[in-house]
Amino acid sequence: MIDTLRLTAEEALGLLERREVSARELWDAYRAAIDERDGELHCFLSLVDEPAGEGVPIALKDVIGTKGIETTAGSKILKGYVPLYDSTVARRCKEAGLVTLGKTNTDEFAMGSSTENSAFGPSRNPWDPTRVPGGSGGGSAAAVAGGLAPWALGSDTGGSIKQPAALCGIVGLRPTYGTVSRYGIVAFASSLDQVGPTTKTVRDCALLYRTIAGRDPSDSTTADVPEVELPEREDLRGVRIGVPKQMVEAEGIESGVKDAFERTIQLARELGAEVGECELPLSVEYGLPCYYLVAPAEASSNLARYDGVRYGLRAPEDAYHAMVMRTRDEGFGDEPKRRIMLGTYALSAGYFEAYYGQAQKVRTVIRREHAEAFERFDVLASPTSPTVAFELGAKTQDPLAMYANDLLTIPSCMAGLPGLNVPCGLSEGLPVGLQLIGPQFAENALFAAGHALERALGFDRVPERLR
Amino acid sequence: MAITREHVLHVAKLAHLDLTEEEVERFREQLSAILEAVSKVSELDLADVPPTSHPLDLVNVWREDEPRPSLSADEVFANAPDREDEFFKVPPTSEVREP
Amino acid sequence: MAGLSWEPVIGLEIHVQLKTRTKMFCACEVAYFDTPNSHTCPVCLAHPGALPVANAKAIEYTVKLGLALGCEIAPRALFHRKNYFYPDLPKGYQISQYDVPLCGKGAFTVPEPEGDRVVGITRAHLEEDAAKNVHVGGTGGRIGGAAHTNVDFNRGGTPLVEIVTEPDLRSSDEAKRFLQLLRRTIVELGISDAEMEKGTLRVDANVSVRERGETGYRTRAELKNMNSFNFIARGIDAEIERQIGVWEGGGEVVQQTFDFDAATGKLTPRRAKEEADDYRYFPEPDLVPVEPSAELVERARAELPELPGTRVRRLEPELGFDLAEGLVASGRDRLFARTPGDRRAVANVLMNELAGAGVDPDAVDGDELGKLIEARNRVPRPVFADAIARSGDEGFSADPFLAEEATSDVAELGPLIDEILAANAGQVAAYRSGKEGLLGFFVGQVMKRTDGKADPRVVNELLRAKLSA
Ligand SMILES: [Zn+2]
Repeated sequence: MIDTLRLTAEEALGLLERREVSARELWDAYRAAIDERDGELHCFLSLVDEPAGEGVPIALKDVIGTKGIETTAGSKILKGYVPLYDSTVARRCKEAGLVTLGKTNTDEFAMGSSTENSAFGPSRNPWDPTRVPGGSGGGSAAAVAGGLAPWALGSDTGGSIKQPAALCGIVGLRPTYGTVSRYGIVAFASSLDQVGPTTKTVRDCALLYRTIAGRDPSDSTTADVPEVELPEREDLRGVRIGVPKQMVEAEGIESGVKDAFERTIQLARELGAEVGECELPLSVEYGLPCYYLVAPAEASSNLARYDGVRYGLRAPEDAYHAMVMRTRDEGFGDEPKRRIMLGTYALSAGYFEAYYGQAQKVRTVIRREHAEAFERFDVLASPTSPTVAFELGAKTQDPLAMYANDLLTIPSCMAGLPGLNVPCGLSEGLPVGLQLIGPQFAENALFAAGHALERALGFDRVPERLR
Repeated sequence: MAITREHVLHVAKLAHLDLTEEEVERFREQLSAILEAVSKVSELDLADVPPTSHPLDLVNVWREDEPRPSLSADEVFANAPDREDEFFKVPPTSEVREP
Repeated sequence: MAGLSWEPVIGLEIHVQLKTRTKMFCACEVAYFDTPNSHTCPVCLAHPGALPVANAKAIEYTVKLGLALGCEIAPRALFHRKNYFYPDLPKGYQISQYDVPLCGKGAFTVPEPEGDRVVGITRAHLEEDAAKNVHVGGTGGRIGGAAHTNVDFNRGGTPLVEIVTEPDLRSSDEAKRFLQLLRRTIVELGISDAEMEKGTLRVDANVSVRERGETGYRTRAELKNMNSFNFIARGIDAEIERQIGVWEGGGEVVQQTFDFDAATGKLTPRRAKEEADDYRYFPEPDLVPVEPSAELVERARAELPELPGTRVRRLEPELGFDLAEGLVASGRDRLFARTPGDRRAVANVLMNELAGAGVDPDAVDGDELGKLIEARNRVPRPVFADAIARSGDEGFSADPFLAEEATSDVAELGPLIDEILAANAGQVAAYRSGKEGLLGFFVGQVMKRTDGKADPRVVNELLRAKLSA
């Protein structure tokens, strides 16, 4: 009997290699778990009926374009849209023998921190279905945490992989900007979007990252990626960990989150790490406003292609501009509309310099602050999310409160840096996430530190109610 | 930073969103609050700081001028809301092309 | 004429479609006269997730053009997004260049009869062309009344260079001369067909007038939709006249855009838009900056041909300005250079007979053509014309045509002329009583009898002598 709640992807690969289970048995086990729990969790927007291969299954966030499989990005405007081509990451997964189980739920166009902005209804947290799984990649995170998929791919613009991983008690990597191709990923904010793994363990994360990373001739903004090393070491000797003062002292961090984080830092010391304090004052103070100018500005342009001409929803109107305007009003939900409006405003004549132009300069400041911190430290550590999973509906009426969820994940995203979430304990019975940030292309350092901590922490990633 | 109803309508027009009356008022309030919050970036004096439009310092990523096959007609129109023969069909445009 | 005190001020915006094999940002072939939408892909149809990758050849071509226009090549250029909605713009933005174009300030020298006109180049930048809208049905084919619009994305994404000049031109003639020389330069660089009828070269003109001696510029109007150099000149003249009329009538010229209607020769104002354009330019985050290497720029510079303006000045001393300019602007000066013989005679044949016959000058063997021109007064005219028409044929030789030299032998022609005069006694009498126009009649008779092979000069001389005898 395959226990999909506990089985890691690495173990599943081993079972297949040693022919202890067949690919079909593996597939059926996950399909059974989906049948059992997805009614409650609503992780999937669409399911593949028959496996297209003989490998380990994988779930893909519904912003990841899949040839022949409906891809909606959680939006009504793309309902029924079937891509003509595979995204580069979907193709790489296929080529590595991975078999797509289905497409997971997401906030509409990956805009959100709870999946409540999905046009097709929210996903729920496997630890407590009255709570959100985080977002935007809540479907992928909940699917992995709930044993509905061995691993999954998400996408992260300002925290959409790391934050749901934290809220669901699993591992999530937002890779260095430019290491994973964006070709075929429904775009939100081009200078920030990155695809990354959502997994049960750090080793699984490294394995999946190795599969998807690499320069892609179809994406001009990709770079050559250093060889990915599977982490082995169980200590942290010689690793310099910096704790940004402003990140642990930030307003709104729950005390239970703070406690779990501090216990983890103590453990890191015991594992041999040199821990010190560092400073990211402007990054923490200005990161969020900077993000909420840059990302909406790019989004306002990226979402202009949804005009009802070549694909997607079209509202019946008898003149072109009226048709486009009504299509977009009917097709987009509130959050994309808010961000399109905000971004359009920030780019418009007379406001560009004060908003978008200034935000780009703040971005330079954030990069510099991080670069300075990495002169003294190999890895920076902070909580991933200021809070544990919150109740559905708690923040839907207050966009600013929702945006504040990403306070700690955003600064490193603005700087294009990799970030790893590792579950580090519980607060009020709900998972708390540790965020590890590295310099550009330092994924191996994150895997090494994350793996050692994961082993020492011994966190039981199966939600208590499902054990 | 309070924005007016006219601001909202102007931006909605640029963005091609045909907002309902209810949306205009709701977004006016929400956008005012969000703009107030994000305006924080202007507190900093960054006159001498260069902008970052991209986190990676790549340049000159080009493609050779070699053709590759295009889509078939079936693929081209597979998702099309409407077509006429081999064209995408849309409601008429009411003005001369700009720019 | 009141207009004498007015000085026109003209600047041009020129769009040139580059002759690359593939589009600017995807690998679809540039072939838009094919079945609609048969050269499209997820990138040029702007499907979700599709990303642009810049065409290296288009960048190289733009650098070449920039060098030919005397532009500074930017050490670092950016692509920007220009945002607006239109059916032929699938992404909802055009990838273009904004504040840091690939080619910066330059100057293009146009030889004129009284010295050079140096036309400042403001910039030249690389962008992608829009797709094609076909407005269907409705009343009278007017856009405003179309029943629906059909879109063909084959053209969408074709590399396009936009050249903007300073307002340095002072007449429609100058504008036309500038464009002819620019077009020739572009064609010789091998980067575009630059044909206005095909839309691979498109020109908009900004026109204003001011009183002579005035230094500032007055409000200008923009002229669009002119699809030949002659229409451009006519459109500019019409607009100059209109503006002078407005100023002299005590009015004020307002900023306006006009479409030129070739059928009526009239300018139609475009209706004013409800609000100002706001394209919300920002750096295209899907592309990285272009930093042309010194090596790329130097290689492009080394490949530049001698520019047309220089060649006009080189030919001018021996041919005079008009012939020199004509040869260069029409692309016949290379054939001129390789055709031996009297310089003016060769130039004249190239500009008249050869041009009239529509022969491609690049296909002509200069030595054979030289032989033909040398013998042009000895071979019968129809034979000469026939030979010229075939001079571009593969393996053309002048020899068979030269063999048919005209008959100028007096011994042969004399008796024939006597015979003709005897048979037309009435006409002879009329001629002798003053109707000298009848000479042509006699010449015609001789030509008829000799199948056109008689040398007309000899025939004329003989006839005159015999008739006045
Ligand atoms: Zn294409």
